[in-house]
Amino acid sequence: MRVETSTRPQAAHRFPVRRILLYAALVLIAAVFIMPVYWLFSSAVKPSGEIYRYPLQWIPHHLHWSNFTNAWHDAPFGSFFVNSMIVTAVGTAIKMVLATGSAYAFTFLPFPFKRFIFLLLLGALMTPGTVTLLTNYLTASDLGWVDTYAGLIVPGAGSAFGMFLLRQQMLALPREVFEAARVDGASHLRILVRMVIPMSRPMMITVSLISVIEVWNDFIWPLIITTTTQMRTLPIGLLYLKSQEGYNDWGAIMAGTVMVAAPMLIVFLLAQRYIVAGFSGGAVKG
Amino acid sequence: MTGVLTGRARPSSRSTSPGRTPRRRLRRALRRHGKEYLLFAALVGPNLALILVFSYWPVIYNLYLSFTSWDMISPTPTWVGLDEYRQLFTSADFGHVLLNTLKFVVLIVVGAIVGGLATSLVLNQRLRGRGLVRTISFAPHIISGAAIAALWLFMLDPSFGLLRALLDPLGISSPQWTTSSHYSLYALVMVYAWKGIGFCAIIYVAGMQNLPADLFEAATLDGANGWQRFRHVTFPLLSPVTYFLVVTSIIGAFQAYDVTAVMTGGGPGQSSTTLSWFIYQQAFQASNAGLAAAAAMVMLVILLTITILIARYGERRVTYQ
Repeated sequence: MRVETSTRPQAAHRFPVRRILLYAALVLIAAVFIMPVYWLFSSAVKPSGEIYRYPLQWIPHHLHWSNFTNAWHDAPFGSFFVNSMIVTAVGTAIKMVLATGSAYAFTFLPFPFKRFIFLLLLGALMTPGTVTLLTNYLTASDLGWVDTYAGLIVPGAGSAFGMFLLRQQMLALPREVFEAARVDGASHLRILVRMVIPMSRPMMITVSLISVIEVWNDFIWPLIITTTTQMRTLPIGLLYLKSQEGYNDWGAIMAGTVMVAAPMLIVFLLAQRYIVAGFSGGAVKG
Repeated sequence: MTGVLTGRARPSSRSTSPGRTPRRRLRRALRRHGKEYLLFAALVGPNLALILVFSYWPVIYNLYLSFTSWDMISPTPTWVGLDEYRQLFTSADFGHVLLNTLKFVVLIVVGAIVGGLATSLVLNQRLRGRGLVRTISFAPHIISGAAIAALWLFMLDPSFGLLRALLDPLGISSPQWTTSSHYSLYALVMVYAWKGIGFCAIIYVAGMQNLPADLFEAATLDGANGWQRFRHVTFPLLSPVTYFLVVTSIIGAFQAYDVTAVMTGGGPGQSSTTLSWFIYQQAFQASNAGLAAAAAMVMLVILLTITILIARYGERRVTYQ
């Protein structure tokens, strides 16, 4: 911050009005995005007396945690949590193994019609989830996967985008090093595990975090493939809590919402550099 | 692709008479690369299998289902030819759904991109605290849509919601956002646009930082003011970013479920039902597999057409550095 102030361009001093307007705009933007998030976290700890009142109670008088226990009682949030953790962890692990292996193969191994196979994998990005929804459900149902972890995890475990990003990364690595290792007798798998993966670390982190966020937030597939409350993931659990007959305990719903949103918010705050890089995909270099 | 890693072997003794027929060439390649072919197959095979079974096969299967009528209970679908399509295009409901989808997609895409571009112009300035604001504005993109919908449903409550407190000082009484058919679609648009603005802004900021500074200096020396520099230098140079955002936002808006499910469930009536939600309802609530499959094919055709049009038109308009 200090450095920025001292290197502030001269123009800033010549146009104080412009600067004031810019700060006003910055505050407005901040408000548009902070207010709802503040409202979420503060409402989650308000007693119902402070929630159902107008004019609004902006700051809770004291922290009131019973909304969380209410949500936990009214819907099996324990199961939702466990399911979301399992599906996210296992799904991401499988996806990373497939993405890394495929990226290595496409970068460093020969195969007939390699380019065609690569394009075939990438083409999967063009098949909209809405179009595959019903028929994937029918396939999963034929496999006996309805309401199982296999049904939640396997259909989404193939990797096209992650594979693409990792291949881009691997193409940029120095080939000579790996060729020298081959001459010294190292196997492909050894080169992959001991050299290529460590050298691709930032991209590995990016691809896995994007997968974590996507799987954790996934909505429509877990909604249709699970049939019992015990198998629901957190976002579906939140829908379940909210749509129970006549249920309008907003304190508990906000507490449930915090449980769905907070883990990804924390992941994002810890690793936003990697996450933003991944979501910008091929649009922006650097 | 030469060298040790791809296993280029020593010149073979028969190199004077190279394998002319494909089969002989294949045999030679197999002898030379057999182990690496096997490893390739082991590494790519499972991924390819999953993609074929869960990305390509469902599209083919869906095409077949769209020519059938099936309640998903009777053992097999009945072939009805184009009946389901005829039913779709002659029903007023479906026309209404398509119109909703058009409004929904256009408003979200324009809202998020224009809002994001405006935001990025501020967040690209040297201002104290801009890093924090960048982080905060991107956050809605990584939060579950279901969570965001629950939060907004609470904020939009006409009697004790946050929006009422913001509208009251302006003398506007809070509308029945999600329970009136006049506002429900626009309530969804507002939430999806809010979720997308920060994402678009951050991608634009990243794009702006890659632009060459000397162009701006040249424009300034030529006497261009701030707006002219934006209009004639910044915005054209950012066209690859805009192109990326338009395509991803359109595809995203077409496949929106989570906010709709939590906030309105497509209602009241069909007032906030878009194509994706219609397909979900037909398939999983009405057990109308044939009609859902036909509607899904309509979506596929629309998306492919839009992508191809944007690719052809965009390619001509996009300025690459």
